[in-house]
Amino acid sequence: MSAARTGALRAEARDNLARLRGRYPAQFRADRAARARFVLALGAVTGLAALACWRLDVSATRILNGLGRLGSFAMLMLPPSPEGQFWTFLHALGETLGIAFLGTLAAAILAFPVAFLAARNVVSNPFAHFAVRRGLDVMRSVDVLIWALIWINVVGLGPFAGALAIACSDFGALGKLFSEAIETCDRRPGEGVVASGGSSLHRIRFGLIPGVLPVLASQVLYFFESNTRSATIIGIVGAGGIGQYLTELIRVLELKQVAFLVLMILVTVAAIDWVSTRLRRTLIGPAAR
Amino acid sequence: MHSLTKLPPEREAALSGLYAAATASARRRTLAGLAVVAALALLAGLAAEVRPLTFAENIGKFTAYLGQILPPVGFEHPIADVRAWYWGLPGWLALLSETVLMAYLGTLLGGIAGFALSFAASANLVRSRLLRLLTKRGLEVCRTVPDIVFALIFVIAFGLGPMVGVLAIAIHTTGALGKLFSEVVENIDMRPVEGLSASGATWIQTVRFAVLPQVLSNFASYGLLRFEINVRGAAVLGFVGAGGIGQEFLGAIRNFYYADVSAILGLIILTVFCIDLATEQVRNRLIGPESAR
Repeated sequence: MSAARTGALRAEARDNLARLRGRYPAQFRADRAARARFVLALGAVTGLAALACWRLDVSATRILNGLGRLGSFAMLMLPPSPEGQFWTFLHALGETLGIAFLGTLAAAILAFPVAFLAARNVVSNPFAHFAVRRGLDVMRSVDVLIWALIWINVVGLGPFAGALAIACSDFGALGKLFSEAIETCDRRPGEGVVASGGSSLHRIRFGLIPGVLPVLASQVLYFFESNTRSATIIGIVGAGGIGQYLTELIRVLELKQVAFLVLMILVTVAAIDWVSTRLRRTLIGPAAR
Repeated sequence: MHSLTKLPPEREAALSGLYAAATASARRRTLAGLAVVAALALLAGLAAEVRPLTFAENIGKFTAYLGQILPPVGFEHPIADVRAWYWGLPGWLALLSETVLMAYLGTLLGGIAGFALSFAASANLVRSRLLRLLTKRGLEVCRTVPDIVFALIFVIAFGLGPMVGVLAIAIHTTGALGKLFSEVVENIDMRPVEGLSASGATWIQTVRFAVLPQVLSNFASYGLLRFEINVRGAAVLGFVGAGGIGQEFLGAIRNFYYADVSAILGLIILTVFCIDLATEQVRNRLIGPESAR
């Protein structure tokens, strides 16, 4: 439809607005209650935001002042260059990937059996799965960096502490996701196994695991992707990987190297995303996701 | 119950031979996959300097540490003990509220920016491939760089304080929410959009009346989910000087104030729990119980 014609249509409708209003009152009636609710919600959100701005000392002048400095930093970042430290950075990046891989793998292996305990359709005792669930929630709500601080006290500074930290916080998250996947699994294969004389272990092995395994594997891959991101920052508290260099270089304002490091991270994360998306597709079939 | 009728032995042998042949290839594939994973794990172990011996030696330290940070609460006068344990409660609560407000403001600002950008990144609303590509790549950069890295850089530019945390969270959230939002927009029912553009609505009007009603509840739900994540993230932003409870917590861990570590950690976990529960309630209301995830 041409623009001129739609314009004519609009003009005609606007001219006849009063007549249209009379003929279709239902379409023009304002929903006062909904509007009032909307205004109230908007007021609450803005009010809280204003309170937050005041408490946190956020002001336009501070932002503008900082933006000027940030602009000069951005100029200092160009051009990104490793300044002769390319191999050191590459080694640190390998360490980061190692942390992410090992942490995710350990978390998945630990979470797999525990998830069955937390699933309602495997353990029917409500107290058991409630306790397991809350335990997983506690592991999950402690941030990776806090876990890293705790593990540094145990195994010393270095990437091993980072891998343990990722394993701990992901154990909680994966345990929860796994148990949800097990709960939403199709019941019928399990019932079939039981009806033909299988024990409850047989039911889990032949009725549940084949159904959930691809879903679990896809979730593990997804976590590996997101862990390569969190493994880049775990060095901030001294737990190995590329984050250590990133923190030091930002502190001493070696911004060209910082920019190069960030580019390396972006490329690596994009590559891992690509590989794991393809793997996930082959695992769960092209139809899903 | 009747006993099962056995097959004649030669038929059973033939059938089980067929079954073994059919499962052998699947089993080989599984074994190959396991071997690859094991090799990668070995490689990763080398890269991450895994030292099983140190781990075995020092695992006692972990339990000892947990024992040390256990609350010093006895049975003789438990109430006084809890008071002593939470000696810094008013200050900690103030820092904690700062953390939550940081997460709130960061999520709100990032949500607004992500909201605006998500429409420009949606293939079904924007014709220009260049605009779409630029928005998508920009969002990806915001998303991939972790918020704590933004905070490290901003601390130098803006000075210490919670404002840095807000900005860092806002930028990271823009990337994360922008992507999720644009995926929601790309999956809408296109008929209302066609109807509106056929009756001569402008692009803004189309978005307002055809797209927004379809996506708003999903957007709010994703925003709340992000808020949960950001509360967790904001708790550690203080590690680099970006305000909130993190600074206090880092000090407690570094200076071995064991009771303080458990007290603050308890507060953080409790806050995260409460916010998780509250947002889950709201989200269930928003998207209806049947489609709740």
